[in-house]
Amino acid sequence: MAESTRTVTLEGSEAGFATTRFDALLNWARKYSLFQYPFVTACCGMEFMAVASPRFDLARFGAEAPRFSPRQADLLWVVGTISQRQAPALRRIYEQMMDPKWVLAFGTCASCGGFYDNYTTVPGIDKIIPTDVYVPGCPPRPEAVFDGLLLLQDKIARGDRTPAVVKPRTDPVGDLVQLRKGAGADEAPDSDVEKRLAKKRDKALHDLGHSEDAK
Amino acid sequence: MSKAVLEKLKQRFGDAIESTHSDFGDDTAVVKAESWKTICEALRRDPAFDFDLFVDLCGVDYPKRTPRMEVVLHLYSTTKHHRLRLKARVGDEDMEGAEIDSVVSIWSGANWFEREVYDMSGVTFRGHPDLRRILMYPEFQGHPLRKDYPAQKTQPLVPYRTEEEAGLALEKLPPFRDDEGMPYGRVDWANGQHARPHTTNDTPADAKTANGTNGNGGGGAG
Repeated sequence: MAESTRTVTLEGSEAGFATTRFDALLNWARKYSLFQYPFVTACCGMEFMAVASPRFDLARFGAEAPRFSPRQADLLWVVGTISQRQAPALRRIYEQMMDPKWVLAFGTCASCGGFYDNYTTVPGIDKIIPTDVYVPGCPPRPEAVFDGLLLLQDKIARGDRTPAVVKPRTDPVGDLVQLRKGAGADEAPDSDVEKRLAKKRDKALHDLGHSEDAK
Repeated sequence: MSKAVLEKLKQRFGDAIESTHSDFGDDTAVVKAESWKTICEALRRDPAFDFDLFVDLCGVDYPKRTPRMEVVLHLYSTTKHHRLRLKARVGDEDMEGAEIDSVVSIWSGANWFEREVYDMSGVTFRGHPDLRRILMYPEFQGHPLRKDYPAQKTQPLVPYRTEEEAGLALEKLPPFRDDEGMPYGRVDWANGQHARPHTTNDTPADAKTANGTNGNGGGGAG
């Protein structure tokens, strides 16, 4: 209780007001109220859904409200492979958005075309529209997407339009689950997870009357 | 699978059947392109065949063969439970005369498949109700599944931004080295060697057609 009623005193606000630069205030408001237009074309869309839904919860960053008219949106998410045939549509949607507007390239295909090195695919949406943040990954993990979103918020706050790229980060799941037996030869067979699984399996077999001692 | 279908086909059409085989149990008949529709009609209507299910139709390019393009039709009979693969070869080395009768009037499911073969391989289907591109855009030049179409050659509908306009480098690293990925676009079929340097940023202005006339020089088009 004590903590939630704690008051924060901004410098200079003892008299009941605070001062800031107008554009800093404006950018602060913008970065927490990104209205998005999801341009979802491919498998990255599944990861986008994960990002937007409650488990990862895009709403925490004030960027959850999708607009299905580009005229009401200020963040264009380009999620997935853009084919040459779709390029005019993407370009048009970008042009229909109101300023200020930002573009986030979600996944490797949107960022650079990925491994689609052929006649069908646009090798990166930056060939068509200016791009603010690139999130590599095939698809990127939600954490990487959040890194991208925070990068973008940071850029908005600073009024910076140079493109930013999300850096790779370690996969938290890799530390928890051993997917392949013997992947790390020495620790794999007697990791905690393996032991726990073995115990579970033994118990299940015992309950079914299949274990060694039941025979 | 028994060879009964092939036997019947040979009995009935004789010279129109160029060859047959049943490798791996798949009955296959290569037929003359002129008899394509007659044979298909019989396969559909004759109760002994009764191929009522159209499965697939595609084009296969064999650039070193004449005729060069193979049209492959897969059929199944839901009453007799037999399958047949029917092939016909069309087009000379420059894909001149790559024409074959449409089978849409026999199996209406063939409609989009024939459009796809027309789009990707450039085979014209005579009598097709609506023969136009289905996957690529109308402005696209050439037929990308022909082996002499350089696979990495793009034909953008929207002009790409220039690096001056963007204020930064836009050229990306190619995902494959020149000896990786799809080799066909790089082979100069006339000389049998790799001739094309890696390019990704072609513009419509210098987009050279890989269609027909450029049949054996496509390797140098990039």
